[in-house]
Amino acid sequence: MPGLGISFGRGGATTFQQDLANADCIVIMGSNMAECHPVGFQWVMEARERGATLIHVDPRFTRTSAMADTYVPLRAGSDIAFLGGLIHYLLENERYFHDYVVHYTNAPAILREDFQDTEDLDGLFSGYDPETGKYGPHTWQYEGMDGVVPAAGHKEVFSEPGAGGHGKVRGKHITEVPRDKTLQHPRCVFQVLKRHYARYTPDVVSRICGVPKELFLKVAKTLCDNSGRERTSAFCYAVGWTQHSVGVQYIRAAAIVQLLLGNIGRPGGGIMALRGHASIQGSSDIPTLYNLLPGYIPMPHAPDAQRLAQYIHNNESASGWWSQFPKYIVSLLKAYYGDAATKKNEWGFHWIPKLTGDHSHMSTVANMADGQVKGYFVMGENPVVGSMNGALQRKGLQKLEWLVVSDLTLTETAEFWRSAPEVLRGDVRPQDIQTEVFFIPAAAHTEKEGTFTNTQRLLQWHHKAVEAPGEARSDLSFLYELGRRLKKLYADSREEKDRAIQALTWDYPTKGPREEPEAEAVLREINGCTVADGKPVSGFTELKDDGSTACGCWLYSGCYADGVNQPARRKPGREQTWVASEWGWAWPANRRLLYNRASADLEGRPWSERKKYVWWDAQRGRWTGEDVPDFIADRPPSYRADKGDRGLDVISGDDPFLMQADGKGWLFAPSGMMDGPLPTHYEPLESPVPNFLYGQQCNPARHEWRRKDNPMHRAWGDPRYPYVVTTYRLTEHHTAGGMSRWLSWLSELQPELFVEVSPELAEEAELENGGWCTVYTARGEIECRVLVTERMRPLRLGGRRVHQVGLPYHWGYTGRVHGDSTNDLIGFTADPNVSIQESKAFTCNLLPGRRSHDRRAAFGWEPWPLPPGVVEVPRDLEGVGPPEQPPQDKE
Amino acid sequence: MGQKGFFTDTTLCIGCKACEVACKQWNQLPDDGFQLTGMSYDNTGHLGSSTWRHVAFVERPVPLPTQTVGLLDFSWLMASDVCKHCQRAGCLEACPTGAIIRTEFDTVYVQPDVCNGCGYCVAACPFGVVDRREDDGRAWKCTLCYDRLGEDMTPACAKACPTASIQFGDVDELRERAQRRVEQLHEKGLEQAYLYGADAENQPGTGGLNAFFLLVDKPEVYNLPPDPVVPTMKGREAWVSAGWGALGMAVVALGAVLLGREVVRG
Repeated sequence: MPGLGISFGRGGATTFQQDLANADCIVIMGSNMAECHPVGFQWVMEARERGATLIHVDPRFTRTSAMADTYVPLRAGSDIAFLGGLIHYLLENERYFHDYVVHYTNAPAILREDFQDTEDLDGLFSGYDPETGKYGPHTWQYEGMDGVVPAAGHKEVFSEPGAGGHGKVRGKHITEVPRDKTLQHPRCVFQVLKRHYARYTPDVVSRICGVPKELFLKVAKTLCDNSGRERTSAFCYAVGWTQHSVGVQYIRAAAIVQLLLGNIGRPGGGIMALRGHASIQGSSDIPTLYNLLPGYIPMPHAPDAQRLAQYIHNNESASGWWSQFPKYIVSLLKAYYGDAATKKNEWGFHWIPKLTGDHSHMSTVANMADGQVKGYFVMGENPVVGSMNGALQRKGLQKLEWLVVSDLTLTETAEFWRSAPEVLRGDVRPQDIQTEVFFIPAAAHTEKEGTFTNTQRLLQWHHKAVEAPGEARSDLSFLYELGRRLKKLYADSREEKDRAIQALTWDYPTKGPREEPEAEAVLREINGCTVADGKPVSGFTELKDDGSTACGCWLYSGCYADGVNQPARRKPGREQTWVASEWGWAWPANRRLLYNRASADLEGRPWSERKKYVWWDAQRGRWTGEDVPDFIADRPPSYRADKGDRGLDVISGDDPFLMQADGKGWLFAPSGMMDGPLPTHYEPLESPVPNFLYGQQCNPARHEWRRKDNPMHRAWGDPRYPYVVTTYRLTEHHTAGGMSRWLSWLSELQPELFVEVSPELAEEAELENGGWCTVYTARGEIECRVLVTERMRPLRLGGRRVHQVGLPYHWGYTGRVHGDSTNDLIGFTADPNVSIQESKAFTCNLLPGRRSHDRRAAFGWEPWPLPPGVVEVPRDLEGVGPPEQPPQDKE
Repeated sequence: MGQKGFFTDTTLCIGCKACEVACKQWNQLPDDGFQLTGMSYDNTGHLGSSTWRHVAFVERPVPLPTQTVGLLDFSWLMASDVCKHCQRAGCLEACPTGAIIRTEFDTVYVQPDVCNGCGYCVAACPFGVVDRREDDGRAWKCTLCYDRLGEDMTPACAKACPTASIQFGDVDELRERAQRRVEQLHEKGLEQAYLYGADAENQPGTGGLNAFFLLVDKPEVYNLPPDPVVPTMKGREAWVSAGWGALGMAVVALGAVLLGREVVRG
């Protein structure tokens, strides 16, 4: 989650759900929390019962809106304009938390002279390279910095060659950055921010978002009235914010609002990132992502990081917590390769695969469709239903040599060769598909032990309740067995490339008649130990860069402290404080509320009695409070770093964001973001309207796949696809349906795919409640039932009326209940930071009745031509945008 | 033991249907089929032999006074319905076999091994709760988790409810809590809040409900009867009326006979 990582230092929710009960105002935006997180929503209800104001901003009136004090309808894809409007309001009306902003954010930092804003360049920042379609962050830096300021929640920028300056470790001069604490300097972040959002006025918000001006002002005022010394407000978001071509910037925008209001690191404040299902947080901490190693350590890139020293140089920071980077990577390598990792062989660094380019999900599937991928493991996922352009996903699967699907049921992905629409239609014959498909029955969570890392970074251990039926095994068993067999296969090889497998430690103890590996042994390895005696370390501060410690994920270090399974702790809430530090275990170091040093003022006293959380105990010379202090425990508030200090010494007593190179919350991101230092309103790739603010229509750094099997609509106002559509989930189903559409008790509650439309649109498009409807995009056509409801409202943008429709995405062609897959309608497009698709805002057409012939662009359906007199419009200014790709889809 | 029951506070219901699923799982009830009804998010329709908890979704063109909704007057009400375990239970009083009993928890329970499927209870329930299952013909309804209460466990639906919309406990205590809740909501400006069936005074037709509700609109809006009356409640009046009717008919018959005789004689 770089949006949070770049702004605050760690890519996880800044708070915990139980703390929402302390909020005085909660804004839920980009999330349908009551439906998608009903259990966590109890804390929102608790806050409401205690008198908090609940605001829900969403294109649809949902079960969350039904509980809200204020519901604000807005156009899907316009959230940055709304949040930018809030920033504008805060700054113009001086409603920001002055002391917090001056001391705890980078507002006073002065930027280089050559930085240019979107106001100067009609929607572009300085540093844009039209050749590659990418930004370079050099002009976004603080004045006087050597090279790029290291970002804590970085992605590629951080490890790019040359990003570190000329042969020096970055961030050396961070203490020398000129700052203007009066916030008056024209180039200080505060003034830059003011200028960037100067045009995001309530009128403009209303015009772009379709939100009545008074309603917007009511939200802004409520939020301000409930923030400050005595009161705090929280934001909750989920994939309604992330799944956009500029998604990460949505979260950045909220981070700016919360920093300005002084709501980060304080009880009842924060930004709650609601994760889609069990252990999604865990799967980015110990990642299933191609570009990260455990604990947000970046994967090395092939050309620039062949040697460990070079790799460390590219990623280390001279200041802040990432100065500890060498300790974490060396300990990780020791965990991977054990005795085979020595100082002489650079701890086996050369065995780690190196990235050669973009291997994100969409790139991989596009390569697959072009016949460049041989084999594919699909575990715990059903991409044919759950991922974008399902037909293109299936086309990719057809071109594989082998496919392994491990799941509870025969999902659509496992059955793509047998019952997919194009197979039933006759476009594809099963006998022509060469892919060898292996189905591995998987154990459910009740049939295996292990941890979940939930939405609030909390690890909770679950025990095995029953044995898995038949041949079903846990993912851990499967991978352990796979590793064992690979090691056996390559045991006698003398080739250097096979040394990585030979050197890998793979000595997990097994138990039971099925010889299943012990999950607790894995947890122990993740926690880390001293190599000499195998004793678990108590936390990441004990890790060393001399090979004397091994640790599978530094961020989780401490989860097996004292040889105790910390996530398995279940002390009842009534036997401990409300923070419940002895229930499970949260990373980092069991802190529940991050950056909590900010809950105290400059001198270390609570901002107010009402919002007391962590404070400085001068007598004991330590930070103390309700939670584990998120600060160097004995560093007094008065401590100031000196010029020339390095590493953790740079963190002053007033630097609550200690993961950051400068210890401050980043209003302005001098590095780390691929698409600009400040969130800027860009339209979705398919929009009903042109960008009202800039000549640049869409995110200039976005990724596109311009292929025949992935056609896009006109950039805006496409007469063929006049309606805005947003996709979502229902309480009654689980994502792509593998865990719910096979259960009668869940399937009966939401048996069929439907489209939600307003009565006005129903009249216009001649749709009947309960009747049938066909939904079209250039990617395909699907059939569904119609729900006509006043929960969907047409919006007014200036003089125009814009209709929005909603489509849940749970259905497919296997299971107890079937239906067309909504994601067959979505194209491949990606945000440049996390390669996420734009499934929350695109356009479509609706026709009454059942008209689908299951045609898909991925299987040769040609898009309709634009009507006569209508011409294509550009998504970019002249010379801007993703570079032309070599022609693909050779058929 | 004491009187056990539910207080369902509909202002806290988020419509997640966890109660429906928990009920079906604990009681191992079959599904109701897989049809989209087109009635908001409600696809199980109503209580029946295989649905013992049912969440109603009411989309209404009326705003809640405590809510600001952009663009139009609207609110979405959700309410989890269940067997009311009436003080005067029509089903129990109509049951000719003694299959329906009042338990030690003051709940109303159908003993499946005694029920002969006559269906009298179905007609006798003023709420339409009891229903016969087509495959076995017997009558089924919420047991208030009799098998859990015996083990001192909370009924499955209340246990699963994430927002305390369904509260389980001693009816006396629940009534007090509910009354306080109504007052609290009134203070907040939700003056429409009221209790449905909390006691005999509140609902004479049933003698009060062990499973009562907090509502914010008329009962009909939630598909509840506005003035439910257990048929046996009017038993005495019915017998008296029938008696008068019989007497009247006897008089008429006698008169006809006597009069007829005179005509013949004439």
